[in-house]
Amino acid sequence: MLKNRFIKQLFNSFLDLAPILAVVLIFQVLIIGQPVPDVASLIMGTLFVILGLTLFIQGLEQSLFPLGEAMAYAFARKGSLFWLLTFAFCLGFGTTVAEPALIAIAEEAANIASKGGMIEQTNAARDSYALGLRITVALSVGFAILIGVLRIIRGWPLFYLIIGGYCCVIIITPFAPAEIIGIAYDSGGVTTSTITVPLVTTLGVGLATAIKGRNPMIDGFGLIAFASLTPMIFVMGYGMLI
Amino acid sequence: MIEWSTDFALALLATCRDILPIAAIIIGFQLLVIRKPLANPKKTLTGFLYVLLGITFFLEGLEMALFPLGKLMASQLTTPEFLGLNPDQETRPWQAYAWVYVFAASIGFATTLAEPSLLAVAIKAEQISGGTIHAWGLRIAVSIGVAFGIALGAFRIVTGNELYYFIVAGYIVVLIQTLFAPRMIIGLAYDSGGVTTSTVTVPLVTALGLGLAETVPGRNPLLDGFGLIAFASLFPIIAVLSYAQIAQWLSNRRRSSKY
Repeated sequence: MLKNRFIKQLFNSFLDLAPILAVVLIFQVLIIGQPVPDVASLIMGTLFVILGLTLFIQGLEQSLFPLGEAMAYAFARKGSLFWLLTFAFCLGFGTTVAEPALIAIAEEAANIASKGGMIEQTNAARDSYALGLRITVALSVGFAILIGVLRIIRGWPLFYLIIGGYCCVIIITPFAPAEIIGIAYDSGGVTTSTITVPLVTTLGVGLATAIKGRNPMIDGFGLIAFASLTPMIFVMGYGMLI
Repeated sequence: MIEWSTDFALALLATCRDILPIAAIIIGFQLLVIRKPLANPKKTLTGFLYVLLGITFFLEGLEMALFPLGKLMASQLTTPEFLGLNPDQETRPWQAYAWVYVFAASIGFATTLAEPSLLAVAIKAEQISGGTIHAWGLRIAVSIGVAFGIALGAFRIVTGNELYYFIVAGYIVVLIQTLFAPRMIIGLAYDSGGVTTSTVTVPLVTALGLGLAETVPGRNPLLDGFGLIAFASLFPIIAVLSYAQIAQWLSNRRRSSKY
């Protein structure tokens, strides 16, 4: 039974990668038509990605998701605003720190920054830059979920907050160092993937279900939107500080 | 082999540090605030171990496969021989890079169409709209949005234009659309921007952008390399809002012609 599920998940992970592999293969064979260096390492790496993704999702479904979902519902119904907001912040922060895509991108950003002479060319400087970037993004997502939860409770229209956020981004950008802008804009999309989206969506929908007069279909959404907006502002702030 | 295992052990240790916060938060809240013991401690613990191993393998695999692949594609698609240009030629017109845009668009379209979280969102959208919006139509709309977004992002890297102007223009379009879009779809549309960029797509697309910025003459990876993901998260919002508007308009027209 467990084995079957594992194989099914393995297949699902392969399906996630399949479109990328198909497009790359078509381009390699039909358009570029040159030998590819290091094929063995590429294949090995692809297998690692598939295996890693499988274990990762299997593990999430066994540990974090059931716990997190039960907890999101419990807090949404309990009615203690303080604990609910604390939980919302911690959930946003914790899930983002563990997000694999963000780990990879932060490292890449640190490499580019040290090659470009923005930070020192030592491992320590790179690590601290990458970690700083991730903590910044995680703080911003925690903050975003907190505001988003407040919005659902108070029933503020999503639209004004989003417009306010966009205006912030537009106003801050000219003051931010040019090197950080690309990473800042990208970090919005990077943060919200495998771990964050399911847990945060559950929190939102659970809250909207628990509060009278809220429609889970309409009010439950929008948390992810905040979580992809605030990192841009926070990361630009981080760029201005260092 | 020994070197590889030490590397792997170190990576495993680093991953431990990464998932520690969320584990601490979930278990801490469970024990201190909710005050119930874990329902199934053994299963939870093995689950965390899987997550740990999974992230480690995944990151290792990214370094070995997806990052090099993105950069390889970027450099192969921009060599002077491939472009059919004279290597000594200083200026290269942006039209010469047509295959780069086609590749960027194909990657965007294919990965988005196959994205499982987008499927979930599309089904929810169909429910919310009471069938006005079709799940398949929405998925294709978003995929076209992402394809166009990444291709435009690649064009920006090739020409070296300011990211800022593109994004501001995109925001203005979103704002105008929001004013006219059906209210119920707005939250979902904004969320779809974050949802489409999955864990597998992000590294490959980032590597493509960095690779382009490294190989196209006159571009600096530090200034121009990032930004593709930003396009890939902005255009789905525009696509969903447009699709919702068109779907509503069509259904209104059909209704009014009936009576």
